[in-house]
Amino acid sequence: MALSGVEIFKHLPKTNCKKCGFPTCLAFAMKLAAKQASLDVCPDASEEAKSFLGAASEPPIRGITIGVGDKALKVGEETVLFRHEKKFVHPCGFALAIKDTDSDAEIDAKAKSVEESEIERVGQHLRVELVSVLNMSNDPAKFAAAVARVAAAAPSAGIILATENPASVEAAMTHVSGKKPLICGANAENVEAMVNLAKYAGASLAVRGDGIDAVVELTEKVVGMGFKDIVIDTGCRKAKDMVEQYTQIRRAAVKKGFKPLGFPVITCAFNDDPYMEQALASVAIAKYASIIVLSDISKWKTLALMSLRQNIYTDPQVPMQVGQNVYKVGDAKPDSPLMITTNFSLTYFIVLGEVENSKVPSWLAVMDVEGLSVLTAWAAGKFTAAKIAQFIQESGVENSVSHKELVIPGYVAVLSGALEDKLPGWKITVGPREANALPAFLKNKAASA
Amino acid sequence: MAFVVPKDTYNGRVFEVEIGTGAKAVKIGGENTLPFLTFEGEVPNMPVIAHEIQDVLPEDWPETVQAAYKDVSGDPVKWAKHCQDNLGAQVIALRLLGTHPDRQDRSPEDAAKTVSDVLAAIDVPLIILGSNHAEKDAQVLRAACDAAKDRNCLIGKAQEANYKTIVAAAMASGHKIIAMSDLDVNLAKQLNILITQMGFDKEKIMTDPMSSALGYGIEYTYSVMERIRAASLNQNDATMSPPIVNDIGMYVWKVKETMASESDLPAWGSLEERAIGWESTTAVGLMMAGSDLLIMRHPKAIETVRKVVAELA
Repeated sequence: MALSGVEIFKHLPKTNCKKCGFPTCLAFAMKLAAKQASLDVCPDASEEAKSFLGAASEPPIRGITIGVGDKALKVGEETVLFRHEKKFVHPCGFALAIKDTDSDAEIDAKAKSVEESEIERVGQHLRVELVSVLNMSNDPAKFAAAVARVAAAAPSAGIILATENPASVEAAMTHVSGKKPLICGANAENVEAMVNLAKYAGASLAVRGDGIDAVVELTEKVVGMGFKDIVIDTGCRKAKDMVEQYTQIRRAAVKKGFKPLGFPVITCAFNDDPYMEQALASVAIAKYASIIVLSDISKWKTLALMSLRQNIYTDPQVPMQVGQNVYKVGDAKPDSPLMITTNFSLTYFIVLGEVENSKVPSWLAVMDVEGLSVLTAWAAGKFTAAKIAQFIQESGVENSVSHKELVIPGYVAVLSGALEDKLPGWKITVGPREANALPAFLKNKAASA
Repeated sequence: MAFVVPKDTYNGRVFEVEIGTGAKAVKIGGENTLPFLTFEGEVPNMPVIAHEIQDVLPEDWPETVQAAYKDVSGDPVKWAKHCQDNLGAQVIALRLLGTHPDRQDRSPEDAAKTVSDVLAAIDVPLIILGSNHAEKDAQVLRAACDAAKDRNCLIGKAQEANYKTIVAAAMASGHKIIAMSDLDVNLAKQLNILITQMGFDKEKIMTDPMSSALGYGIEYTYSVMERIRAASLNQNDATMSPPIVNDIGMYVWKVKETMASESDLPAWGSLEERAIGWESTTAVGLMMAGSDLLIMRHPKAIETVRKVVAELA
């Protein structure tokens, strides 16, 4: 919750000494409220002022990091309920559950599948970030052995120690030392022991309660013990409860500043029906979960989930873009058709997909228009005859293409005359307006060639 | 600190639109809260799924979904009956793709005959969709409206380029309308205004914000939907209060993920499950943003979405 200038002013020295560079303490307070200044520049700020402002500028949902290094997962720090208000901050993480009762071979195979889960999509690297080791045996030694196996076979993955048995946590801790695991978790009976273990291990701690009220009691207790790296699990596993509870939690945290719920949410999408598990995970992605545990990460299933996560967490203000280049589609030859389009990711993917569908090998020249679609770029004066001509001339396309015919998107047919003037020797052909007409267009072109 | 459930209050409501006649008529929309938040409002009707069929053999559908209907998709009447009787379809969506000038270019009269034949064979509500060729759709849907008189169908889609003819025909034959605009809240609002200015009842419209497949723009549709719904519920904006319909199968079954073989792209896993999951994930994602009616293709994807709807009730 943002503080107003007047609220901040109450905590300032009120001497108007100007040492901060502003004429009055009130002016300085207004700047602080707008986050256009830092309290550091006030030499007379009291300790009380510093801690008050510090607490107020904390994000409403605590940031939690699991794992270390460049593959560490950070979640939390969210500020809104709707992606169109402001970009969601940290994409949720996916975890594969591995039981400590699985055979060694199964544990190795599953851990390996997490380690190898990374794919690339629209220029981003997407993966399953975590492994949750489930202490099904309730045996500390067996649990520790499983955790050790997983840590060895999936070194890039963050680890969740999924047990409510403090002895199991203690036994397994050595194998994830210094690796910032998540202990999952504390309940009303074991909370003190678990908090101590979490502090000792440098781990974060999930609290598990049956419903929101139980979780609130627990987080207050944990914070009272001087520990704040908390993740919350209300135990719900059905779609309706997820939508309802996670909406209430997010609202309480960001709209009401309700600190006991100011923590990321962990959930399980487990379901015997893999399509249903995928669907539950989709609900959780959309509805504010920060960590989603899955029982299985078959590639077909996670491809969709990683795409949905990427889509929901995209910055709505900054369109996703691909690099400017002349892309070879299929086994394109020097006499293959040459088309041009813009570098908005969606445009690129759709056009590329249709060209691939056509099975006509082609060259696709993709021009940087700051990530706008064809019509938007044209309207904004970024996809003009002059600019297209310059791009084609400087692209080095004559090194790949032996002819001088350029197919332009149908929506900018109006540019063809001007483009022929600016590209002497080139023939401009107007292609279809909709990408889904490209297969017919390209096949006809090939047939009449 | 005691936890108090943070309830929002709303000023508006999504209109409830009924399609079909008799015992099998279906009500769409009517909620006065954000999707599924029954702790602070009412959701009288859960999202409904319509099974899509076509007037011509769907030769361009990917194999995975063609295979699901291979014994029936050569005959729209057989196909419709199969969906209703064997697959439990609550609503059927007949897409007159064969009327597109670049396809079989079927005449409005032929299309109207197909509509009559299908209506004679089913008792669940029927959605009648053009081929998305604005000019041809105006003639085709006018003929279809007439053929479907008295059956209270949902006619789509009226777009800025052709809404006048379609709306007039729907008014004359007592049907409901799908109004579609291109992924823009203001365009959606404007089209609804134009339609109601013709005298068409604002509570007989459904809004199609233009759907996009997962991975191919779903977030645009998602956010346009959330903004439309917020305008309806928070500002009581009647032009934003029609229920939302998402034409999902059409966009999903064009993307690479529903077609590329596992041998071509091993990192993508099994084709059939991937394709089905692509449709169900797209549908579930958009349901979270406020979808009231979903037009889908694959029976297995539909089955999954039904299970999710049951769990959200």
